[in-house]
Amino acid sequence: MEFFLGHMNYWLFIVLMMTGLYIVVARGNLVKKIVGLNVFQVSVFMLYISIGKVTGGTAPIFPTDLQGHIEIDPDIVYSNPLPHVLILTAIVVGIATTSLGLALVVRIREEYGSIEEQDILDIDAAAAREENRQHGDAMGGRA
Amino acid sequence: MRHHLILRVVTKLLVGTIILFAFYVQFHGDFSPGGGFQAGVIMAVAFILYGVVFGLRHVQSVFPIWLVHKLVALGVLIYAGTGVWNMVLGYEFLHYGSFNPHHMSHGQHWGILAVEFGVGVTVTGVMVAIYYAFAARPPHIGDDDW
Amino acid sequence: MAAEEVHHVALTLRDHLPVLQILIPFCAAPLVVLFGSRTLAWPMAFAASGLAFLCSIYLLMQVIDGGFISYHLGGWAPPLGIEYRVDAANAFVVFLISGIATVVLPFARASVNEEIPQKNHTLFYACFLLCLTGLLGMVITGDAFNVFVFLEISSLSTYVLVSQGSFTDKRALSAAYDYLILGTIGATFFVIGLGFLYMATGTLNMADLAGRIALLEDNRTVQAAFAFIVVGIGLKVAMFPLHLWLPNAYVYAPSAVTAFLAATATKAAVYVLLRFMFSVFQPDFVFGSLAITWIIGPLAVLAMFIASFVAVFQNNFKRMLAYSSIAQIGYMLLGIAILNVNGLTATMVHLFNHGITKAALFMAVGAIILRTGTTFYDRIAGMGRVMPLTGAAVVVGGLSLIGVPGTAGFISKWVLVQAALDNGWWWMALAIMLSSLLAVVYVWRVVEALYLQAPSDDVVHKEAPLSMLVPLWIMAGACIWFGFDTDITLGAARTAAEGLLAGSAGMAEISTAAAQAAH
Repeated sequence: MEFFLGHMNYWLFIVLMMTGLYIVVARGNLVKKIVGLNVFQVSVFMLYISIGKVTGGTAPIFPTDLQGHIEIDPDIVYSNPLPHVLILTAIVVGIATTSLGLALVVRIREEYGSIEEQDILDIDAAAAREENRQHGDAMGGRA
Repeated sequence: MRHHLILRVVTKLLVGTIILFAFYVQFHGDFSPGGGFQAGVIMAVAFILYGVVFGLRHVQSVFPIWLVHKLVALGVLIYAGTGVWNMVLGYEFLHYGSFNPHHMSHGQHWGILAVEFGVGVTVTGVMVAIYYAFAARPPHIGDDDW
Repeated sequence: MAAEEVHHVALTLRDHLPVLQILIPFCAAPLVVLFGSRTLAWPMAFAASGLAFLCSIYLLMQVIDGGFISYHLGGWAPPLGIEYRVDAANAFVVFLISGIATVVLPFARASVNEEIPQKNHTLFYACFLLCLTGLLGMVITGDAFNVFVFLEISSLSTYVLVSQGSFTDKRALSAAYDYLILGTIGATFFVIGLGFLYMATGTLNMADLAGRIALLEDNRTVQAAFAFIVVGIGLKVAMFPLHLWLPNAYVYAPSAVTAFLAATATKAAVYVLLRFMFSVFQPDFVFGSLAITWIIGPLAVLAMFIASFVAVFQNNFKRMLAYSSIAQIGYMLLGIAILNVNGLTATMVHLFNHGITKAALFMAVGAIILRTGTTFYDRIAGMGRVMPLTGAAVVVGGLSLIGVPGTAGFISKWVLVQAALDNGWWWMALAIMLSSLLAVVYVWRVVEALYLQAPSDDVVHKEAPLSMLVPLWIMAGACIWFGFDTDITLGAARTAAEGLLAGSAGMAEISTAAAQAAH
């Protein structure tokens, strides 16, 4: 029990991460896959943010008086800001990935008329069969 | 949109306030949580809200697509240009202290202000560009698809 | 450091080279968008990549005999600040990447005009420059998290570049989507690994990481980090069972993009893999060396055989080359698995030689597509006679792919066989030869289609334009040149391999020396 509670953030990270990966793998809908990818990425954000937390720590901003002099109180414990900064970058990357992924889904919908993976696989396979009929058999396909 | 009188009035009231708040977050980032990322998103929210309520055509007459694209590039250039200016002054790339070699921390204030401004411009541009890109697609969903 | 007066010597342009290497293409990308002129986009992109290439030559000349250059971004000294660290290993890869970009861009002009609608051209070149920036950055940086940032810059622009193939075949979209999903999973695995490393050591500077991991000895967090990083980067490398994104992405991307990516993207990832395996984690890292020999080794051999075998049975030139890429990556990984100086030298040399070979071949594919529209064997039949110069370049590239003496491919395979024999793995040497025989078969099928059949009447009977032939033959010429003159390639690769195998000990010594020099 102690082992479980003491590593609470890691357990939550693992659950979120596995949920995300499962959605990416198991769902056929392309938008849902992107959602799963997001959950997966967010789990990593959570991991980073939780390791930056120092017990009893406060936000790492030094208090200044009106003249702008910094007064550092050695008794105050600050959280580690570095993981937060790192993850700010990763969040931006996540937004870029999500919007690019959704943009691709929009284009796929326009070209294929579907956002279900199975339909797209079928259309691709039909196109490959047609090519093979025209140009001679080949091995591989999507593999 | 004719009917939603409350929405329209509230939006008109809010848009200005949101932009003002964005500037506050942008330039007060030195002393409190904030900075270019947050300010840029808040700024973009003002335009997106306006677009959602009044329609894409109206918001794009205020903030046209070409301008959005230029802003995205401009912000990155402001950021990189700050670093290049440090290099011209004979220091490392992004060594903000070089703006005031006798008092490095003042120089760093200036450097961060410039860089965060660049970040704010780019983030505003990118968020609005993403909104435009998705909202401008003609809807293909028929009634049967629901 | 804030208020105190420090005597400062102004830095010269030469000191700024490591950052200029990244900065030039990085600044050119927004400038292209800002000017927004279709006529200016290509010249600006070409000028930027040309300047980056010059930078890389200077850098390589400075570090080819060992030693390294360290550049502190923002004046913050490592391990706190971000550091760009150039040594023989990454200067060599940077030289390859910027060189390929500079050669591919002139080729791209005609090809892009043909395959991509005009309104996308400016953004296409901006994306190309961003991709170049990302690839150069992830190679040159000495900060582990910075690798992730640049990796994502290059990946995101790569997805966009691949999806531009949708104007000729809509399957480019699903290929780009697959690549996006897999690439993001890979990159996220990489970040998880970095998170574990940070938890265990509290630092992200590679040299500092190396020193601290060496002190930790047997630590499960570090082992988990190793696993996550290898799998994450393995996805980007297209390590054998993780290669599924590669064939479609290469086949449906525009020709210029394929030529650029095939020659650079996986190579940069191989470099990052090497850097993490040998510099950050030390080579005698028990768990690591077992994993390297007994997981990566067999997978590399499987890749060599299975991918080559699949390549033999393709009916499409471009797809055949994509599978052959997976097989060739197998050779590079095999060099890692052999785990001695010759093995790593082989990896580095093959990384370079395969880069130029594939650039030549994919450019030839682009030239053929310009005339025939597709690359199915029955459609390109006889094109070798119609386009003699392009056909000859295919033959040169194909020979280099097989590893015939007198071509660049021979050098790397020779070193690889030597490395296998050094370890007493004669059966491995045999396997390398046998898989090369498969390469003979798939290259022969192309040559047969190009020369031994009559050209069909419904294709354009014309040699490729000069703007394509010149870059094509620069690369094909390089395949021959580096088959005879091995001073640059083998020299740089050997220095790089020795530096890498010195591992964390080398890195740690260097970093303490640097710290002392800084004070």
